[in-house]
Amino acid sequence: MTALALYVRGTSPVHRSPAGLKLLALAGLSVLLFAVPTVPVAAGALAAVLAVGVVAARLPVALLARQVRAVWVWLVALAVVTAIVGGVASAALVTLRLLALVLAAAVVTATSRVSELVAVVERLCAPLRLVGVRPARIGLLIALTLRFIPLVAERADRVREAQAARGGTVRGVRALVTLVVPLLVQVLQLAHTTAEALDARGADDDEARSGRMRG
Amino acid sequence: MKTRDLAYIAIFAALTAVLGLVPAINVGPVPITAQTLGVMLAGSVLGAKRGFLALLLFLLLVAIGLPLLPGGRGGLGVFVGPTAGYLYAWPLGAFVVGLVTELAWRRFNLAWAALANVVGGVLVIYAVGIPFVAVYADEVTLGQSLTGSLSFLPGDAVKVAVASLIAVQVRRAYPVIERPRGAAATP
Repeated sequence: MTALALYVRGTSPVHRSPAGLKLLALAGLSVLLFAVPTVPVAAGALAAVLAVGVVAARLPVALLARQVRAVWVWLVALAVVTAIVGGVASAALVTLRLLALVLAAAVVTATSRVSELVAVVERLCAPLRLVGVRPARIGLLIALTLRFIPLVAERADRVREAQAARGGTVRGVRALVTLVVPLLVQVLQLAHTTAEALDARGADDDEARSGRMRG
Repeated sequence: MKTRDLAYIAIFAALTAVLGLVPAINVGPVPITAQTLGVMLAGSVLGAKRGFLALLLFLLLVAIGLPLLPGGRGGLGVFVGPTAGYLYAWPLGAFVVGLVTELAWRRFNLAWAALANVVGGVLVIYAVGIPFVAVYADEVTLGQSLTGSLSFLPGDAVKVAVASLIAVQVRRAYPVIERPRGAAATP
């Protein structure tokens, strides 16, 4: 799970504070940045985020840089257009605000384990009980998907190898179709067997008892 | 919802994640990624409701910090950027693809598949994504945002073709939609 996640191991106070609190702080920050759209606030927020991420949580700068690199095309385009239409000040505001938010989100996700975030999601989903959704099922869905991702990737490799072994060298659009169709049939069967295995272990028990969800 | 439905939903969330690993093909300056193929396939194989939930689950995983978007992006940051609207549109897009597919299930063919994918996989995505960019960046007009996204159209055309061919073949090989709309009332 951790191999896939953006989590960076650590023992800093930022790592140790509850994931729910960090998510709340992130939400609060985004509300603040849009409610008070001034350059000092945005610059202050960016400085604070960097202080928390680099100094307090001791996250590698490269990790944060990677998140910024992913949006830099947008940052530049946004800054240029905003500068032309609204002046340099508003360009600075838009850029600083976006940087602060992207980095803040990166800090939260790098300092919280996926399992903690799953727990927060389950807690947040608790009100959905009223409409018949059980939060534990959402936890199950997340766990299933995390298990399926490497499996699907592995099956895709196997299908590709099998086709190469038979001398199939289709290229372009057709190649994607001939790869994905057998892959889909295989993974749908995989889903089916997994569901049977889960049911055999009682995954649908409480559903039968509550009888609230359509079966 | 049965455990089997949950497994189908999870497998399509996983498939969408794996499609994000397929390296982007550059058409001019615009990277074309295979990931939105997941939107079309989830809708056309699972139907409206399960397709919607599969993409919602995928976004949830991205939100809690898994680097599943192309280029290893993830975390809450991607949901606040100017292009976040395109992400929010994915579950809705899968729903519409699924809805059209279910409605046409009995007479489903390549033409219906293409229609479903164009409406749900392209039009719905743009209808949400384009205004979002304009709203997010006050100074970018709707027109500019629209022109910018035109560069994605060639890639979308390829994806519609691929997804439609796949949808027709998978329907024959492993049909998952058992109770199509129109045959019996599905809530």
